[in-house]
Amino acid sequence: MFGSISKIESMGLKDGPGIRTVIFLNGCKLRCKYCHNPETWLKQENNISVNELVEKILRYKNYYGEDGGVTLSGGEPLLQIDFIIELCKKLKENNINIALDTSGTGIGKYDEILKYIDLVLFDIKDTTPEGFKDLTGTSIEESQKFITILNETKIPVWIRQVIIPGYNDNYEYMHKLNDYIKEIRNVEKIELLPYHNMAISKYNDLNIDYPLLDTSNMDKLKCNELESYINSIRK
Amino acid sequence: MNNYWRNFNTGNWCQNINVEEFIRLNYKKYLGDESFLSSTTDKTNKVWDKCQTLLQEELKKGVLDIEVNKMSGINAFEAGYIDKDNEVIVGLQTDEPLKRIVNPYGGIRMVYSELEAYGYEMNPIIDKYLKEFRKTHNDGVFDAYTPEIRKARSVGLLTGLPDAYGRGRIIGDYRRIALYGIDFLIEQKENDFNNNYKNINEETIRVREEISMQIKALKEIKEMALKYGYDISKPAENGIEAVQWTYFGYLAGVKENNGAAMSMGRIDGFFDIYFERDLEEGRITEEEIQEAIDQFVIKLRLVRHLRTPEYDELFTGDPTWVTCVIGGMLNDNETLVTKTSYRLIHTLRNLDPAPEPNMTILWSENLPETFKKYSAKMSIETDSIQYENDDLMRPIYGNDYAIACCVSAMRLGKDMQFFGARCNLAKSLLYAINGGVDEVKKSKVLENIETIDDEILEYDKVLNNYFKVLENVAKIYSDAMNIIHFMHDKYAYEAALMALHDSVVHRYMAYGVAGLSVVADSLSAIKYAKVKPIREDGITTDFVIEGDFPKYGNDDDRVDEIAKLILNKFHDELEKNWTYRNAEVTMSVLTITSNVVYGSKTGATPDGRKAGVAFAPGANPMHERDMNGAVASLNSVAKLEYENCCKDGISNTFTIIPDALGKDKDEQIKNLVTLLNGYFKQKAHHLNVNVLNRETLVDAMEHPEKYPLLTIRVSGYAVRFNRLTKKQQLEVISRTFHESL
Repeated sequence: MFGSISKIESMGLKDGPGIRTVIFLNGCKLRCKYCHNPETWLKQENNISVNELVEKILRYKNYYGEDGGVTLSGGEPLLQIDFIIELCKKLKENNINIALDTSGTGIGKYDEILKYIDLVLFDIKDTTPEGFKDLTGTSIEESQKFITILNETKIPVWIRQVIIPGYNDNYEYMHKLNDYIKEIRNVEKIELLPYHNMAISKYNDLNIDYPLLDTSNMDKLKCNELESYINSIRK
Repeated sequence: MNNYWRNFNTGNWCQNINVEEFIRLNYKKYLGDESFLSSTTDKTNKVWDKCQTLLQEELKKGVLDIEVNKMSGINAFEAGYIDKDNEVIVGLQTDEPLKRIVNPYGGIRMVYSELEAYGYEMNPIIDKYLKEFRKTHNDGVFDAYTPEIRKARSVGLLTGLPDAYGRGRIIGDYRRIALYGIDFLIEQKENDFNNNYKNINEETIRVREEISMQIKALKEIKEMALKYGYDISKPAENGIEAVQWTYFGYLAGVKENNGAAMSMGRIDGFFDIYFERDLEEGRITEEEIQEAIDQFVIKLRLVRHLRTPEYDELFTGDPTWVTCVIGGMLNDNETLVTKTSYRLIHTLRNLDPAPEPNMTILWSENLPETFKKYSAKMSIETDSIQYENDDLMRPIYGNDYAIACCVSAMRLGKDMQFFGARCNLAKSLLYAINGGVDEVKKSKVLENIETIDDEILEYDKVLNNYFKVLENVAKIYSDAMNIIHFMHDKYAYEAALMALHDSVVHRYMAYGVAGLSVVADSLSAIKYAKVKPIREDGITTDFVIEGDFPKYGNDDDRVDEIAKLILNKFHDELEKNWTYRNAEVTMSVLTITSNVVYGSKTGATPDGRKAGVAFAPGANPMHERDMNGAVASLNSVAKLEYENCCKDGISNTFTIIPDALGKDKDEQIKNLVTLLNGYFKQKAHHLNVNVLNRETLVDAMEHPEKYPLLTIRVSGYAVRFNRLTKKQQLEVISRTFHESL
């Protein structure tokens, strides 16, 4: 079985606990305005087999310690569903912890992949269908389907939300977000990620217009404040 | 039992010199955390304040003062103090703090240029007699050098050879003085002299002469200590004496010798035994113990040698490599971590972060978690610590080895090494293309190498030629080393250091290489991309590369295997040559800060590196070419083989930005511990850890006054950032800083 990946980060420290190997899978239906990996939008040709990828990952296993492992990210990893199911089976044979970084906008077989997942990093785009559509160009429906199936499992969930200045960097949105994630079971924590424009050069290289040219970087301290706030009202 | 050894567990060590057994039978491991540590005392503050004033003055002037009326020697100087009433541990190299010694025995010409650089002149009478009656190591070497060696030196193929200054990298087992007292050590040496080496031949004559010199040195050490009011003929009676006696041994070494690296060895467990006994007897408090350790460390930080400006350019920031190994394991289960392991590291907080002593944690998977975390925390806060793999070295050297310089392991009192600086592997590769002609000096350095005149370089052909070059270079290099160490033993023998070794020692011939990542990437480019040489007057001076190629530092076997192949080839070739005193051939992948100078002397290389651009330090991947994250980068370096190839050490310097390592301090500590565990589990040898932002360094470059204490690990040692040359600062800034998006 072959798949298409854009990059492997051998020392991911931001996508799940511990030291993690982050696999960036190609292909995504969403076109989020703040996307910092536009090179993963298109599903390129397959470039790696499950066995090759497992072999590479095993080279990093010594660094996982007690809570590290693999994070499937992208792009939207759920689009290459058969590939990641095969991959996860093999990783589980080697006792590797697997996190799935997703917005839930895949193409089904969610119950099957979730059998192998130890942690879901669930990326919320917006809490309303209109907002979701405006930000990503696609409908919120698929991600809600994913939530329904996720809720049937006991997998812990970390909510992730990008905070954009002038868009959702306010307490009002924190309440909306809090209400929205009440529908998701097993939420362990909420991470707010400050928007940054470091990807502009990637857009230039790919000859794509950068949608948020007029938006400045999100202030990290303010983002931290909002994060503390939402984690406090949740309890 | 005598009073000195009261309450110690006895063993073979009571009859024969055996510090290892003494430690094994008596030390008390410590599994707790750092909460027991104390801060500095008034006395220490007073002494350290004075030192800081002097250090600032020194920084402004380059050197604070030079003693020009006396030559180096164990007992050549009067007692010197910083602040006599407040010094708990005493002893300076000369009669004043930071006043440097003239050591002419390595080479007198070096001394002239050192003195000239700082506007001093040697006492004319000493100068006259020295020149007239005393031949130096440097004179001896140049009397014997071959024309090939001279050429290889002058083009920068071999650089930093210890042919004009002390070779260093010999660690006396200074602890022997504390445990046994000088008189017992003299007795043992006299026994060796009287009972052995009776069958007279060249080697036994030499050994007899050396043992006699060692005995004289021991007597001088005793007299030197007497000047400070201490009788060290008998063993130390308590912890503070144990530190003081041991320090006198080290001090004798740095009064007699000016080796590049004059390392301290392994003292944590040894001192701790005495302090534990004092504590049990109610004779000392934790404050007093820390005071002794702080003051001992202050003394180590004041060690200086007189260097030329050219030397400073190679090894910047006045490094002395007072390397102390800390921690490690007795065996797979029992750690050698003691409270004094913590106390030594704690000096980085009590005084300030600093390059010396060169704190080297011997890392094992089975080290106590508390100690791992404490080390990681201090690394994050001070960037002053390096890590070496105890699980890799202990099976080879046992549990009482230490590190000389940056990465050179040796059993204390049993092994010594012949230091050999390094050979420029990248320049050698250019010789393979240019038929042995130097690309910068345009002169022929190696005979019988065919020039490659292909339009596009062919891997097999270049590799074949490169192997021939390496065969030639290995021969020249080993000739140089044999001559150098023959002459060093003859004209600049380190009697004080060797007196603190067994009479029968194992010797290593420690070769080294620079430019490994440049060579690996260059050969990979030739193999996997198209590399077209650009020639001027028949000499290739640049390359055009079409297409991409695997780069060392990404855990990609296609290129990492090339790096291994080259190291194995060169090591095998070195091994084929005769070695002086039957020394065992070893090799290091280490550059210290000389990677900048090596780069500046080397033309453009087929990996796309331009002429004059710095190499990566040690075994590091080239700057910013490790694109798959830190772990992949570490994995590439971990593939290089230690025991059978690079047994003198494989140096890797790693920089990560604090934010990438974790959100808060606890997470950063946890992640760094996990990372070190993973790296060393892969049988890697060494890691310098820096946790800092590139912006900090850029700012420190522009505003040095804002960061007087900023210390960073470079390659095998730490340095105050403001002591680096502009070029070196830029090179450090251009290195890969691992971040995660």
